[in-house]
Amino acid sequence: MSALLEVRGLNVVFSGFHAITDLDFTLQAGELRFLIGPNGAGKTTLIDVITGLTKPASGSVRFAGEDLAGKREYKIVRAGVGRTFQTSVVFDELSVLDNLDLAAGFRRRMTGLLRRRHGISDDVASALDTIGLGDLADRPAGVLSHGQRQWLEIGMLVVQRPRLLLLDEPVAGMSRDERDRTGELMQSVAKDHTVLVVEHDMAFLRRFASTVTVLHEGRLLCEGTVAEVQADPRVQEVYLGRKERV
Amino acid sequence: MLSPFRLDLLGKYLCYAIVAVGISLAWGRGGMLTLGQGVFFGLGGYAMGMHLKLQDGELPDFMSWSGVEELPLLWKPFANPVFALAMVIVLPVLVATLLGLLVFRQRVRGAYFAVLSQALAAAFVILLIGQQGLTGGTNGLTNFQYFFGLDLYEDADRRILYLVTALILGASYLSVRQLVRSRYGQLLVAIRDGEDRVRFLGYDPALVKTVAFAVSAGLAGIAGALFVPLVGLLSPANLGIVASLELLVGVAIGGRYSLAGAVAGALLFNYAKTIFSEQWPDGWLYVQGALFVAVMVWAPRGLAGLSHQFRDALSSRRKVEVQA
Amino acid sequence: MGTLNQLVIGASIGAVLLLAALGLTFTFGQMGVINMAHGEFIMAGAYTAYVLQPLAGDQAVIVALPVAFAVGGVLGLILERLIIRRFYGRPLDTLLLTFGISLILQQAARDIFGAPNVQVDAPGWLTGGVDLAGVRIAYNRLFILVLAIGCVVAISLYLSKLRQGRRMRAVMQNRQLAAVSGVATGRVDQATFFIGSGLAGVAGVALTLIGPVGPTLGTAYIVDAFLVVVAGGLGQLKGAVIAAFVLGVLNSFVEFWTANGASFAKVVVFAVIIAFLQFRPQGMFVLKSRALT
Repeated sequence: MSALLEVRGLNVVFSGFHAITDLDFTLQAGELRFLIGPNGAGKTTLIDVITGLTKPASGSVRFAGEDLAGKREYKIVRAGVGRTFQTSVVFDELSVLDNLDLAAGFRRRMTGLLRRRHGISDDVASALDTIGLGDLADRPAGVLSHGQRQWLEIGMLVVQRPRLLLLDEPVAGMSRDERDRTGELMQSVAKDHTVLVVEHDMAFLRRFASTVTVLHEGRLLCEGTVAEVQADPRVQEVYLGRKERV
Repeated sequence: MLSPFRLDLLGKYLCYAIVAVGISLAWGRGGMLTLGQGVFFGLGGYAMGMHLKLQDGELPDFMSWSGVEELPLLWKPFANPVFALAMVIVLPVLVATLLGLLVFRQRVRGAYFAVLSQALAAAFVILLIGQQGLTGGTNGLTNFQYFFGLDLYEDADRRILYLVTALILGASYLSVRQLVRSRYGQLLVAIRDGEDRVRFLGYDPALVKTVAFAVSAGLAGIAGALFVPLVGLLSPANLGIVASLELLVGVAIGGRYSLAGAVAGALLFNYAKTIFSEQWPDGWLYVQGALFVAVMVWAPRGLAGLSHQFRDALSSRRKVEVQA
Repeated sequence: MGTLNQLVIGASIGAVLLLAALGLTFTFGQMGVINMAHGEFIMAGAYTAYVLQPLAGDQAVIVALPVAFAVGGVLGLILERLIIRRFYGRPLDTLLLTFGISLILQQAARDIFGAPNVQVDAPGWLTGGVDLAGVRIAYNRLFILVLAIGCVVAISLYLSKLRQGRRMRAVMQNRQLAAVSGVATGRVDQATFFIGSGLAGVAGVALTLIGPVGPTLGTAYIVDAFLVVVAGGLGQLKGAVIAAFVLGVLNSFVEFWTANGASFAKVVVFAVIIAFLQFRPQGMFVLKSRALT
């Protein structure tokens, strides 16, 4: 069986600075994978390359056997790759429901867009249920708390039924309560999606991760279960002297 | 009943209100500050004007003045009314689509787009003035007798023309309102507030924005085409940088986020302009300048947004009280 | 021969564009303010030379250079302090706001100096010209070129050598970082606006050498000046210099090659800029950033 996501020989250079060097990375369908590493390890850069935001200097990114090189961002989304950003962006003036409806409608043609929304589609209703914002469905997204915004954003991804979800630091800036709820939400989403999570938070990692990939200075350091990675001396060295000891 | 003179002016205001409907869509909803609506107004207006000049089958007057003896090739198809009417919409929509796709795909937006649209207006006017024999130069197109069988010197016929203009304004308003309330309208607002986020939801923002820009250009073209028989004159002075900005002021005053506000603002602003220019011609520029400043400083959402602003002010005061 | 002549004319158009655009690269580039009144600051600079004429005789242009810098600068400072500082982060609103200001200033000039154009006499030593390889280069054009180069050199020295200038660059590159590093960004903004607007005044004086002065003098240049900034890249001195001269030379060649060329020149320049933006959407030079907008 071939992998869902295959990154081969990837190099990314920002005006002389090597953000990613000779990276090989594989993700199987159905996985929930964590991507960790110190600042500047190239985690977000990898996501940026997969989603077309950053152009690599060399190397290939294949998604479900399809080469993503040179594709425009929205076409990559249509191919089935969805992502969130470190700072959540939802549309403040639209209601929670309309935010989800907007995300759900991304395959509509222009003529379909010209109609008003009537009622709630099943996909939107089930996404609303998954993220637990049913009570706030008709409120503008601008009134949501930070945590709720992140959940709405995850909901907006789920409703698009992507084959791969990329979450960039989903629990940054959240309270402990919110982190737990986000973790549970993530696990329930991972039941029927392939998910790649970039995360700094080690407590969150230990609680919710199964397999982990560690990046360091743009290179792959090691890969394995949480226990294996924690036992790896190279990982300990990289994190040595940091508060977030593994 | 309004006197014929006042009615003439009202007709002109209605044309500006049609442009305002389009600007409210492109700028208020789509965040595209278009400083070149005069170009589209002009394209529609000249397409109509050229047809009207050819209705009597003679060479247009200004051509003989500037020594042109044969009808230029560019003018010939405009003798056909169907072609001319089609061009009223096709030309502005085509130019806007081309420009929109080229700049929006490259993510040229915000201030860059505003500056470019303004440069387009400047270049368009200089081109019109320079091509004296083709366009009538600075004087533009004047002296129209008939408009599709209506005698433009007959008050009764003119009333029909106003009615048509008012109906077209109503239709434009209703269709854009429908557009704004549709999913497309929400998408446009979403792109205004977070273009990249929308891109990562799988939409092509360039396409969505271009559609809104092209619709606003088409409306400006229709307005320009009605302006020509109503006012009896179309010249580069109606289309340049300052004229294009004036098309925008009404919308800013009325409220860019509100369709009704934009229409009311355009009517109000142009009415005020007429009154002031009659009473105190030198002072009008001061008033206009001060209006710009006042609206931007105290009412960025325009008159229609005052209640919104008031509510915001109240709720922020309440927040402060709670914190204290 | 003809080519060389057009190059010279193009360079002199470019120099004028550069002078008009120089201030904008900073107010637009650093502060994101689209100052439409910049054109009226140019106009104010030109009238400064006119006002000084009875006092300074035919040396008015030279005397006016520093005075016009101060006049433009003070006008800019007043504008910044009174209104624009409330508008940071709202670039499109500043555009409309400052357009209102520019209407007021135009009418004020009309009321003070009258609507008809006035003339400023060039100093005697700027009349005539020099023959170079069969091409006649007028001294006044040469003077504008030298003035533009002088301004660019002065600005780049200011930005690289003086502490004030380095602060300005810091704010331009990353306003928030500069602010938390202890740079008083408000002060820097004032200095930027003073210098940027002062340069408009200088540009106005230069314009008196090649044409009459009228209330709408600025409007003729403001659009082209903005195009120079867009093509050059925000806040990029190098970009502005190259863009100004390329657009100037392009202008002069289109006018030369096509019949009735003056009316086509602007259209061609516009098309070239749109085409250029297909390759460099953010202008010639750009500050790299990973921020998502």
